[in-house]
Amino acid sequence: MSLISLMGALEIGLIFALVALGVLISFRLLNFPDLTADGSFPLGGAVAAVLIAGGHDPWLACGLAAIAGAAAGWLTAWLNVRLGILQLLASILVMIALYSINLRIMGAPNIALIGLPTVFTPFVSTVNDNAWLIQPAVLAVIVVLAKLLLDAFFASEAGLALRATGANPRMARAQGISTDRMTLAGMALSNALIALAGALYVQTQGGADISMGIGTIVVGLAAVIIGETLLPPRSLWLVTLATVLGALLYRLLIALALNADFIGLQAQDLNLITAVLVGLALVLPKIKAKLRNKQGGRTA
Amino acid sequence: MMRADNLFKTFNPGTPLENPVLRGLSLTIESGQFVTVIGSNGAGKSTFLNAISGDISPDSGSLFIDGQDVTRQTAWQRAGLVARVFQDPLAGTCEGLSIEENLALAMQRGQGRGLSRAVKASYREQFRAKLATLQLGLENRLGDRMGLLSGGQRQAVSLLMASLQPSRLLLLDEHTAALDPKTAAFVLQLTDRIVSENQLTALMVTHSMRQALDHGHRTVMLHQGRVVLDVSGEERSRMDVPDLLAMFEQTRGEKLDDDALLLG
Repeated sequence: MSLISLMGALEIGLIFALVALGVLISFRLLNFPDLTADGSFPLGGAVAAVLIAGGHDPWLACGLAAIAGAAAGWLTAWLNVRLGILQLLASILVMIALYSINLRIMGAPNIALIGLPTVFTPFVSTVNDNAWLIQPAVLAVIVVLAKLLLDAFFASEAGLALRATGANPRMARAQGISTDRMTLAGMALSNALIALAGALYVQTQGGADISMGIGTIVVGLAAVIIGETLLPPRSLWLVTLATVLGALLYRLLIALALNADFIGLQAQDLNLITAVLVGLALVLPKIKAKLRNKQGGRTA
Repeated sequence: MMRADNLFKTFNPGTPLENPVLRGLSLTIESGQFVTVIGSNGAGKSTFLNAISGDISPDSGSLFIDGQDVTRQTAWQRAGLVARVFQDPLAGTCEGLSIEENLALAMQRGQGRGLSRAVKASYREQFRAKLATLQLGLENRLGDRMGLLSGGQRQAVSLLMASLQPSRLLLLDEHTAALDPKTAAFVLQLTDRIVSENQLTALMVTHSMRQALDHGHRTVMLHQGRVVLDVSGEERSRMDVPDLLAMFEQTRGEKLDDDALLLG
C-alpha cells in the first residue's frame, strides 16, 4: 500500500471517527438504536455543498450542516418521545424522509465542488500538491477537538444526566432528570456530529452525491464495536478514544483488504468486507474470554 | 407533610384484564413521621408509592406534598420533593457509572443541571465522609463502577443518595426484600439512622409485619386499594404480630391467607 493511499484511508477514517462518536452517543450512551445517520450524513453534505457552491464560507457551511443534522436527530427523538413511535422505526422514517429533503436541498442528484474553496483551501499549497497530507492533518485537529469537547461535556452535570438517561431512565427521573429532554438533546448532538462529518466528507471528495449516505450507520457502528474490543471501557475518555481509533483501524483494514492483490478483492466487495469485519469484532471478545477461562481452569 | 385524597387507579380499564388497584385511598402523613405500610399482594402498596413518586398518574383524587398539589406533575418534576429507594438494588443506581458519579447525580436531585463539572472536588470530600459512615470501606472506592458492588452495598449507597439532598418525603419500596436476612437487617438499621438523623418524613412499604411494627412511628395496612388499619402511639407499641393479624381479620371480616405476611 502506498503512502498516498494510506493517508487516504486515514482521511476517511478521521471523517468516520466523527460519525462513530455520534453513533456512540445514540447507540451506547442513550441506548437509542438510531438509523437516522444514513440520512443525516448526506444531509450535512447537501447543506454544505449547496452553501459552498453558492459562494458562502466553508466553515459557516459546516456549522449550518451540523445544525441541520441536529434538527434531524431531534425529529427522530421527538417521534419516539412525544408520539411513542418505536425508536428504530422513528429513525427509519426520518432517514427515508431525508432522502427527499436532501434531493430538494441539492436540487440535483449531485453537486460538484471542484475548484471551490473548502475548509482545507487556506492550508493547501498552490505550488506543490500537499492536499494528501494537509486534509488528514486538518481533520485530525477537528476530531481531537470534538473528542475533547465531548469528554468535557460528559463529565459535566448535564452530560452525566444524559448518560444516566440511557443507563437507567427510571433512576434518572427519580433524580429529577427529564429523560425526554435529555433524549431530544442527545439525539440532536449525535446527528449534529454525523452531519458535520458529511459536510467535511463532501469537501474532501470534491462534491456531494445523493447516495453518499448508504451504509453510514453500519460503518459508524463497526467503528464503535471495533473500538470496544481495543480498549477497556474503564472511563468515558477511554471509550471515546477507542471509538476514534476503531474508526481509523476500520478504514485501514478496508484499505489493506482492497489493496492486497493476492486476495483478489475489489471496491465492490466493500460491504461484504464490512460485514465480515463487524462479525469478527463481535465474536473476538467472546473467543478471548473463552480462552482466558480455559487457561484459568488449567492453572487452578 | 403529605396528603393523599381519595386516590383511584384502575389498570387496563374496559378490558377483561380490568384491575382496580386504588379505590379511594386517603392518607395524611405529618412532617417528621415515619410510616410503615403493609398489605397482602395486590393491596395497592406499590401502586400507591408509584402514584406518590409520579411514575403513574391516578385516575382521580389528588396528592399534596408540603402543601403543593403535585397530582399532575411528572416524576422528574417532583423529584425535588420526593426521594426514593427501589426494591430492586439495581434500579436505584447506574451500574455503568462510578460510585462518585452516582452520588453526584443525587447531589443535583431536583435542581437544574448545567455545564459545570459534575463531580466537584468539594463533593468528593463530602462523599468520602458520608460513605465512611456506612463502614463498608466504600470511601476508598469512589472511582469504582457501581456494578462491582453487591446488592446490599448498592442499596446502602441508594439510601445515602436519597439523603444527600433535603426532601419532603422519602419513599422506601420494600427496599430490603431482595437482600439476605443479615444484609437486610443492616440496611434497615441504616434506614432508621438516616431517617432519624435527618428527621425525614418517610413511607416504607414492607412485606413483613414484624418490620412494620419494629420500625417507624405508625403502621398502616392497605387492603383492596384502601387504608383498612391505622395504628400509632401507645396502641402500636403494645402490639405484636398476632394482634395486628387479629385486628385485620376483625376489620375485614375475613381470614388472612397470605403466607408472606404471616411468615415475615
